[in-house]
Amino acid sequence: MADVARLEVKKTYKLFIGGDFPRSESGRTYLAQGQNMARGSRKDLRDAVRVARSAQSKWAALTAYNRGQILYRIAEMMEARRVEFAELCSGEAEVERSIDRWVWYAGWADKLAQVLGSANPVSGPYFNFTIPEPTGVVGILAPDQPALEGLISRLAPAIVGGNAAVVVASEEAPLAAIELAEVFATSDVPGGVVNIVTGRRAELAPWLAAHMDVNALDVSGLDGEAAELERAAADNVKRIVRGQLDGQSAWEIAPFLELKTVWHPIGW
Amino acid sequence: MTELEKKRSAAPVPSEWTYAPAPEARDIVSLEERYGLFVGGEFVEPRSGEYFPTIDPSNEEPLAEVAQAGPEDVSAAVASAREAFENGWSGLAPAERAKYLFRIARILQERSREFAVLESLNGGKPIRESRDVDLPLAAAHFFYYAGWADKLEYAFPNRRPRPLGVAGQIIPWNFPLLMLAWKIAPALAAGNTVVLKPAETTPLSALLFCDVLRQAELPHGVVNLVTGDGRTGAELVKHEGVDKIAFTGSTEVGKAIQRELAGTGRRLTLELGGKAANIVFDDAPLDQAIEGIVNGIYFNQGHVCCAGSRLFVQESIYEPVVSKLKRRLQTLRVGDPLDKNTDVGAINSKQQLTKIEELVAAGEAEGAEIYQPPCRLPERGYWFAPTVFTNVAQSYRIAQEEIFGPVLSVLTFRTPDEAVEKANNTPYGLSAGVWTDKGSRILAMASRLRAGVIWANTFNRFDPSSPFGGYKESGFGREGGLHGLEPYLDFDGKADSFGG
Repeated sequence: MADVARLEVKKTYKLFIGGDFPRSESGRTYLAQGQNMARGSRKDLRDAVRVARSAQSKWAALTAYNRGQILYRIAEMMEARRVEFAELCSGEAEVERSIDRWVWYAGWADKLAQVLGSANPVSGPYFNFTIPEPTGVVGILAPDQPALEGLISRLAPAIVGGNAAVVVASEEAPLAAIELAEVFATSDVPGGVVNIVTGRRAELAPWLAAHMDVNALDVSGLDGEAAELERAAADNVKRIVRGQLDGQSAWEIAPFLELKTVWHPIGW
Repeated sequence: MTELEKKRSAAPVPSEWTYAPAPEARDIVSLEERYGLFVGGEFVEPRSGEYFPTIDPSNEEPLAEVAQAGPEDVSAAVASAREAFENGWSGLAPAERAKYLFRIARILQERSREFAVLESLNGGKPIRESRDVDLPLAAAHFFYYAGWADKLEYAFPNRRPRPLGVAGQIIPWNFPLLMLAWKIAPALAAGNTVVLKPAETTPLSALLFCDVLRQAELPHGVVNLVTGDGRTGAELVKHEGVDKIAFTGSTEVGKAIQRELAGTGRRLTLELGGKAANIVFDDAPLDQAIEGIVNGIYFNQGHVCCAGSRLFVQESIYEPVVSKLKRRLQTLRVGDPLDKNTDVGAINSKQQLTKIEELVAAGEAEGAEIYQPPCRLPERGYWFAPTVFTNVAQSYRIAQEEIFGPVLSVLTFRTPDEAVEKANNTPYGLSAGVWTDKGSRILAMASRLRAGVIWANTFNRFDPSSPFGGYKESGFGREGGLHGLEPYLDFDGKADSFGG
């Protein structure tokens, strides 16, 4: 018999929550980039916030050196999947920028406190210093374009300082996000530090914006105005973050951080 | 008669430790009968034509009438600030800008007694505090930020800092002049101009501050003042000519402001409410801790957003802490704010007194045990005795809600983990206190408490070089220090940090 062409084994695209790849609890899917994508529900989103909250304190408790190494490990794992990623975004150049962005942010983990913190010369016998700390759980509305670099440009600065993230993936170009989830799953990123929900943004974003256990909302990925979401975000005084989709800066990290100032008397 | 009133009337007059009256002379302050709005460097009649009285809360005597700024008045003030920004202030050499701020600091120092008396008259706070805390800190704030005005490039290297334009600033009534300084000093140092709205009940020190600006020869329109109630603040918030809003006040109003600014891209910093935990471990130096607890909650009648209103005591030392605390409370002198021996002054307003009374009644109704030291409160004016609640459950309103009065809730814990969990169990995150002799425990607690300011073995310390501001629903952005400049600057089109 002549050779029978081998049938390709296709991938099922699912959500990424708590380090696992569940289907949407709703059982729904939608079509994007020619694939059946999980159409996440608000229940999926709430699950993601819950596991993000419990993962966040452990992630923040790692040493900064350790977090830096894990981010670097993400870059290593992406490097091994360059070909796959190139097919899911604008091409190889975007993949290279995205990998290098992880490397760049990996190096920030143990430098943030020195660049963003301070020792404060108060008028009195007190030792006083200010250090940056993570704000907690960050909601990210991922941009449609650039599909890979845009997501990483928002996610890397959010997690490098010790936050956990819940990402609503691009509705029209979600494959890069799920491919990236597979990288996280093999990069020593603790489960729950990054969670990715695919689905209809209009359906999911309002719940993320209004969720009372989310500390910050990144709206950089939205094309139109975000007034309605920002209004909902005020219910628990969320930090609204608007940053770059194609750049890197320590000032992209800082909006995801709080500043803590500690006083102690000096004396015998 | 409520239970509370019965206790009050039954309180014996303490006779064994009387002090001779030691009133600060009030004739150093001379007030106008009526104040207009300060716009473009001069006092103008409000276009609204409306005025309202401002009083001395310790005796309800009217002190003066102040203007209720309407929409047109706010617009005029914003236009004046815009003009000053564009025609002079933003183009002024930063070193010269610095010198104006140094001048303001010096004049405040020179006139500090006058300001201190006025602050106590209009706000009800003890003269000891306005004299020793509010005034020195307000002057220090201007002096500190003055020095930054021509050094912004060093504060933010490679970011090309630029002023935003017109800052709209809304301040509370608990530290009227100090909050003015916290707002105006960094805004001007960064090169912005300002429209400031003082609190409805405490406008007088801000109005007197306009005379300091005159003496300092600050260019007209750089600082404008609109007095009024919440309606004036709302006008300022929604005014499109304002580039940045800085608000200090309640979380409820802060959320409303955040909603109002949603989608506008206008910058915002919020310094909101708190329900701070003050945590005492069994190895703490107890007498020092007692002083810290008292300072933490009775300072400024508890009208302090970062007040240590939830006391967490390790179970093994609960008895001695509570008995020492009650004994210390008996020595607090409540009364005339202008008396130099007064520790606790008048409640700022009738509205605030009503709120405190309502929450205290809720605490009693929910089952907490109330203690108030014997003290006779003046008949006129707004007064509330220093209060301690024991037998408090975390779910009680007095343990959850910001009372903003001299009311302490005492709770207990066994392990550090339990202390952290209980302390963080609040939507607020402004400040926290830790008392222990063990250094490693201080640092562990400091890193696990979710609050913007941690006082270890001290409480309620403030300094212009020390960033202040909250986590969670206590707001975002910092005031004080290098970080306090950031909310008033734009950077090369790149994202600003830490909110604001």
